[in-house]
Formats: sequence, structure tokens, C-alpha cells
Amino acid sequence: MDSTSNYFEIFGLPVSYQVDLSLLSERYRDMQREFHPDRYANKPAQEQRIAVQYAAVINQAFSQLQSPLLRAQYLLSLKNIEGQGDAQITRDPLLLMQQIELREKLADIAQANNAFSLLEEVAEAAESEYIALQKVFDQQYSESKFQEALETIAKMQFFSKLLVEVEQREHELDD
Amino acid sequence: MVLLQISEPGQSPEPHQRRRAVGIDLGTTNSLVATVRSGTPETLLDNEEQHLLPSVVHYDATGEVAVGRFAYARSSSDPLNTLVSVKRFMGRGVEDIKTLGSQLPYEMVASGSSDSNNASGMPYFKTVAGNISPVAASAEILRVLVERAELALDGALDGAVITVPAYFDEAQRQATKDAATLAGVKVLRLLNEPTAAAVAYGLDQGGEGVIAVYDLGGGTFDISILRLSHGVFEVLSTGGDSALGGDDFDRALAQWIAEQAGLNEDLGPYEQRQLLIEARKAKELLSEQVQVKISVAGWSGVLDRNQLNTLIDPLIDKTLRSCKRALRDAGLKSNDVANVVMVGGSTRTLRVREKVADEFGQEPLVNIDPDRVVAIGAAIQADVLVGNKPGDEMLLLDVIPLSLGIETMGGLMEKIIHRNTTIPVAKAQDFTTFKDGQTAMSIHVLQGERELISDCRSLARFELRGIPAMVAGAAKIRVSFQVDADGLLNVSAKELTSGIEAHIEVKPSYGLNDDDVTRMLKESYTHAREDMQLRALREQQVDADRMYEDLLAALNEDGRQLLNDDEYHCLEVALKDLDKIRQSENHREIARHIEMVSKTSEEFAARRMNASIQKALAGHSLDDVEKDV
Repeated sequence: MDSTSNYFEIFGLPVSYQVDLSLLSERYRDMQREFHPDRYANKPAQEQRIAVQYAAVINQAFSQLQSPLLRAQYLLSLKNIEGQGDAQITRDPLLLMQQIELREKLADIAQANNAFSLLEEVAEAAESEYIALQKVFDQQYSESKFQEALETIAKMQFFSKLLVEVEQREHELDD
Repeated sequence: MVLLQISEPGQSPEPHQRRRAVGIDLGTTNSLVATVRSGTPETLLDNEEQHLLPSVVHYDATGEVAVGRFAYARSSSDPLNTLVSVKRFMGRGVEDIKTLGSQLPYEMVASGSSDSNNASGMPYFKTVAGNISPVAASAEILRVLVERAELALDGALDGAVITVPAYFDEAQRQATKDAATLAGVKVLRLLNEPTAAAVAYGLDQGGEGVIAVYDLGGGTFDISILRLSHGVFEVLSTGGDSALGGDDFDRALAQWIAEQAGLNEDLGPYEQRQLLIEARKAKELLSEQVQVKISVAGWSGVLDRNQLNTLIDPLIDKTLRSCKRALRDAGLKSNDVANVVMVGGSTRTLRVREKVADEFGQEPLVNIDPDRVVAIGAAIQADVLVGNKPGDEMLLLDVIPLSLGIETMGGLMEKIIHRNTTIPVAKAQDFTTFKDGQTAMSIHVLQGERELISDCRSLARFELRGIPAMVAGAAKIRVSFQVDADGLLNVSAKELTSGIEAHIEVKPSYGLNDDDVTRMLKESYTHAREDMQLRALREQQVDADRMYEDLLAALNEDGRQLLNDDEYHCLEVALKDLDKIRQSENHREIARHIEMVSKTSEEFAARRMNASIQKALAGHSLDDVEKDV
């Protein structure tokens, strides 16, 4: 097992966008129980070294499969399709409009006195788009429309980033 | 079963001989040691039946060192030579100390032998016995605890779990490990204090679900959010403040008393210490009574709970903000929390309990002594790690508290591993050269959350040299970070087209360099209360015994399946040699053999690990088949 192992195989799961998250967590705990360095604290040094490497791969695989965005990226990377990350710009005009709107809303919030509820609104809008895009990706991926799926990932990236920003704003308001 | 002939009858080590392992809570104010005996974790008493060892070290002109209550008694009469709260100085630079507050009674000097990366140097306390580093002072405390444990357990320790605040950064963790090295303790694991407390409570209550651990000690505050599920403790997020604790309550109170008493700002070290002692007494009394009388320097007055609350509320509020943040990081709300656990002596202050109960909407758990709960959790973990509980299901999955990254163009920090990532973890990122013909690249390793490197802690710098000259952007430099289960970092850099490599085990700028450790070890020989050679021999013998047992068991278990005849024979011979040498008196020779056997058996170990993966995977696919039917 190393960083090139198939993450789905590590957890004995079928290669698919749809993942049973509670099963994934359960398998993750099983694998860590087997290979976590604590299990080898008492063993020869080289087994300890190997255990650290294995546990790191298991952690990496788990975090990659757990996130809807990272999982989508990983599936395409298995097909040797990698996006250019942020450079990937969506050409969907409707979505562009929506993005601009949400960003403006977010920018205005700092001055508003009902900042928290406004933030909540932005978060809900972004969240529902994010979930809808996951369904779109699943469809495209299962139909092997990988280039279109790549564009969907770019859109997902936008909403995932927006959600992080909303959280940071909440953070700042709290302090 | 040829292998069984190797050891003489009666000479083979007991297969399930209990190993001596302890948990050590190396606290700011007090330290403790605990162990598991007959299945029950307990803190160990000193010869005066006390659990707590005040974390105070006193030095006198003859080089005599006192630790604990005796040293504490000197803190008023001889403040400059009595080191208290040294934990606050662990892994800190001189610059940091200045920001820790100007009320320090100590004279600090910068280290002369700091490594070249380190502009500000490591602080040393100036005492009559010479300059003492915080690491050396901590080692003195550890030595006393180890002696206490070895007396109670009747023999040398096989290892210890030492707890650190979850919020401790790389430098502070490394300093703690250095102190253990100096004290001659084998560290099984550095364990985060809140995680230790959760273990103590989790196993006590048998509860599942989300646990919030609120840990307010003398000098540090930690909040951790964990999920306990089928014996696995998964840390979801941590937060806190490594320079906020009950000592700050005392200080706020002392300042109030000074104002009331009309005392001058520039008090001498003696008066300052006296004031702090009075303040702490008053604070502790107010947990039981509504008001207290205070008399200092000819002034006397009354302090009530309301006044105390007014003074400390801003400090408590600061901790509650950290709680909110930790919950948010874990993606949870306060009503998702099943249990709130209180840790640290400062949670005895009633106001703290009140405000925490308010924040989480439930009464926090206080049924395990908040002073002892961390050591107890550490002892449970030590017992598991040392191998006394084979087949035990308990496992701790901890996270790194602060992001790790490197400096990129423009003085910005590029994060490679984000905070709250589960450890161990390995991540790599590719960078490139920005000048034509560039043949070297400087790699500056940082820790922190902010974008500007000036706001982050500098951990180490190293250079990758010998990059073949290419046009800008053509070289591909892969920087790899690996964080082990103690939260300690290794960084390597490799130029991919040429294969040139550089590697650094991150010794943070404020830790000790190897020369320091060697020098201090030498110094400690002269003070040694026991023969270090003997200790080294004993340790090597323990290691050799362990390796012998392990390899023997492994060979018996699946040596025949995984090795061909030659390989098997080779290992058999190596094992026989090890058996002979482990009874000798030459610890270097034993160490050499351990190393040799370790090398010889490396391939076998790798095959065994792979075989168990196959087994684990086979288990999964079986499950799948059953589920599909």
C-alpha cells in the first residue's frame, strides 16, 4: 500500500461516485485499528516506519473519499483526467451571474446589522447548488462524459470555496 | 519447530510478562505520574502520600537541585533561583518570552549555542547554578516522577506516554521530547492532554458520541472535540491558547490587590511572588466561600465572588470563543455534544464551570479529579502502547493543531498540511525555480494559520543544492511533509528531473540542537544519581528481548509461508546471535546486533504487513458479497 494505491480498494469499496459514508467511516476505523502506528509501538523499528506510512495513506484516502469535491477529482484522476484547478473557468452564463450575485451579497454583509441571517442565506443557496452539482457530476461520470464532468467540478469548486468563505465571515463576526 | 531449540529451557522471556509503562502529566503548575495496576489506572504517590508534584525546580550554589514542595517553599525567599511554570517557556524564543509578560521575576539570557537559523535564541534562566534551559528544568521534574514510578513498580520503566497541550506547536512538542531524552525516559507517545482526559472519561462512562474536553490549566487552555465510536477516539478539532490559564487569574487578582493596597508598580521579585501567592489563595478560597479577607504589606481588605468574576470574566470569555471555533471546525453545534469534560485545576473555579455550562447547555462532568484525569488517561494509553493489552480495541486518532507549510514568493505561507488533519499524514507539493540557471532552492518550513510568514512560526530552513541549471520554471521540486503519530514533522525535498535530494528532521529553531542535548546529557552525568551505563545496558537488553520475542513469534506464526528456505535460515541464525549477545554486558554490542537483526528482517516485516493487508481486504470483499446477496 502506498500513495498510488487505489483509494476505493483500500477500503474495499466499489469505484463509484456514490459512497456509503457510514460504511466508509467504519472501514476507515477498521483499517486504522490494523495499521495505526500505536498498534506497532511495541514492534521493531522498521515495522513502525511502515505503519506510519500506511496510516498516512489510509488517512489521505479517507479524507479524499469523504469529501464530495475531492472524491470527484479523484475519480477523474483515475481516468487520467486532471483539471487545471482554478484556471478552469465555467462558460455557463447563468452560473456566472449567480456567482457574481452571491459574491456581491457576501461583500456587503460586513456593514449589515443582520449579518448573521444574511450569511445564513448565502450559505443555504451555496449549499443547495453544491448538492445539485454533485448529482450532475454523478450522472456525467456514470455516462463517461468526463470532460463535462470536469467542468462540473470547476463549478463545485466555486461553491465549496464560497462555503468556506461564509464560515470565515461567521468566524470574524463572532470575534 | 526448529526455532524453539534456540533458547535454553527456562531462559526464554515470559511471553506475557507485564511491561512497566506510565503516563506522565507534565503540567505548568503540578505534574503527576500514573500507571495501570491490576487493570485499574491510578496516580502514584510519593513518600508523603501526595499525588501532585509541584512543577517547581530550585537550584542552589552547590549545584544541588530540588524539585516539588521543597522547591516551592523556596519560591518566596529565593525567587530568582526557583523556577516555576517552566512549561510556559518550553520551545519558546527570547522574543516570545518578552510578549509573555514583563512581570517575570527571572533574569533570562539568550542561549550562546543556538543554531544559526535562530536569530533570537533560546532563553535560559540565570541562576546561581549557572544558566538553566527550560528543557533541563523540565527534565529534572521528569526524573523525579520516573524515580517515583520505578520505586512503585519495582524496576526500570519500559516507556512513558507524556502529555502536552493539544495546542502545543512543533517547537514545544520537540522541547518536551528533548526533556524526556535528557531525563532518560523512553517516550512511547506524546499525547494531547484533552485526548488523554477523554480516554479516562470515555472508558469510565462507556459512552459513545461527541465529547468536548475543556482543559484550563495553570498556563494553558485547550479545547478538543472528539468522537468516540467503538473504542476509537477520533479527534475532530482542537483549539485553545498556549498562553492563557489560571496563572492569569492570579495575575489579574494580584494586580487588583496591588491597586487596592496602593502598592507601587515596580515591586521586587519577592513582593511580586508574595502577591501572587496571596492572590491564588484568595481565588481558591472563593470556590468554597462567598468572600475572603486579604492582608498584604500592611493593607487588608475584602474580596467577594462578584469582584473575582468581574476580574476573570474577560479571560473566561476568551476560552469560550475558542470553544465556538473548535465546534465550527468540527462541523458541529453545541447541542451535538453528548458530554463536556472538565480538566485542569483551574476548572475548580466556580465561575468557569458556570460559564461553560451556559455555553454548552449542560452541566460539565467533574467526577474524575481534574488534576489527575490527564495522567490517568495517559497511563491507559501507555498500557496499551507497551503491549500489556493485546487485542484491545482502543485507538486514538489525533490531529495536528496548526497548519504546516513553506514560504513562497512574496513572503507568503503556502500550506501543505492543514490544521485538524488526522495524523500520521504525508503530503507532497511541487514547486519550481523562478530564475534561469537557478541551482539551489531555500526551503523555509513554517507553522501557523496566517498568510504572511511574519505571522507564522518559523520551524526550520534548509537548502536543496545541485539542481541542474535550467530555464526558470523547468525544474520540478517536490517538497514532502511527513508528520508522525507524535505530531512531529519530517521534511524532504527532491528535484524530480535529476533526483537530487535534501532532507531535514525538523528541529525547530527554539528546540535544542543535538550539541545542546549531548552537552546537557554530559552535565547530567555528573549529577547522576545512578549509573547511566547500567541504565543504557538495561534499556538495550529490554529492546533486544523485545525484538527477540517478536521475531521469534513472527517466524513461528508465518515464517514458513512468507520466506524461502534461505531467507528463513538467515533469520534463524541472526536470531540465534541476538539471543547469545543479549545476555552480555556490552550495551554497544547489543545495540549493533539489534540494528543488524532489524536490517535482516526488514523484508520479512514488509511481507507480513502486506499479508495482513491482504487479510483485511479479503475480509472486506467477503462482507461485500454478503451485503449484495
